[in-house]
Amino acid sequence: MARAATTADAFNAVAEPRRRQILDALAGGELPVNDLVQRVGLAQPQVSKHLRVLREVHAVEVRDDGRRRLYRLNGEALKPIHDWVAQYERSWSERFDRLDTVLDELKQKEEGDDGDR
Amino acid sequence: MTVTASRSAKVTLQGDRQILITREFDAPKELVYRAWTEPELVRRWWTANRGEMTTCDIDLRVGGSWRYVMVTPAGLEVGFHGEYREIVPGERLVTTEVYEGIPDAETHAALDTLTLTESDGRTTLTILVEHPTQEGRDAHVNSGMEDGLQDALDLLEQAVTALH
Repeated sequence: MARAATTADAFNAVAEPRRRQILDALAGGELPVNDLVQRVGLAQPQVSKHLRVLREVHAVEVRDDGRRRLYRLNGEALKPIHDWVAQYERSWSERFDRLDTVLDELKQKEEGDDGDR
Repeated sequence: MTVTASRSAKVTLQGDRQILITREFDAPKELVYRAWTEPELVRRWWTANRGEMTTCDIDLRVGGSWRYVMVTPAGLEVGFHGEYREIVPGERLVTTEVYEGIPDAETHAALDTLTLTESDGRTTLTILVEHPTQEGRDAHVNSGMEDGLQDALDLLEQAVTALH
């Protein structure tokens, strides 16, 4: 596989539920760490630890705003996940569309059988 | 994290080892189960539009095995097999799933749980694919998104591998 088994990639970053919560919170706009602490319900050191992991894979970026540091989501870093899920989903959707056809025929046959009785 | 594409299958990555696939069908669960477990019916949908199914063996009993193989138009053979672990007709099917195209395939076997629930004549199908390790899940995930050589065969292989 092209990707080494390392912890530093987007798939790993979003595997942890708390980090997904942080990403969800940031999806609404940039926030200082105190607001994230409130929304996620973890102590600040833990939130900071998760933010570090998310920043390593560039899923989250930070900027200074006066004395505050504001965190924001970088959707581009999550694109590999989106792309994979979209492709996988498309494959399964094509299968299921064909399954629909098979099921329609089975239903018609059953109705036909009932009619014969 | 949920990302929904144009059509109605929904795929969700759960934790670091699981993939969840859901879809609703306009048919009772008994029929969905039949279409899922009778070889002559499976042959009609499993490949999507990506090749010809050359093997469809189903020994539907606990401890029995299954094997699906398809050949793509470019001649690439793609095989999967597994063993039935739990069978509740019409409702639930637990099987192992081995993708034969990777080294040490058996050690990377996933555990798939198919669940069918019916409401008002419609059936919700869910498949939970659970990999033994995060690496296994990632390999599964990567199989559809590797950005190596972009020649036709590679593209085809990616498309086919992404089916599972």
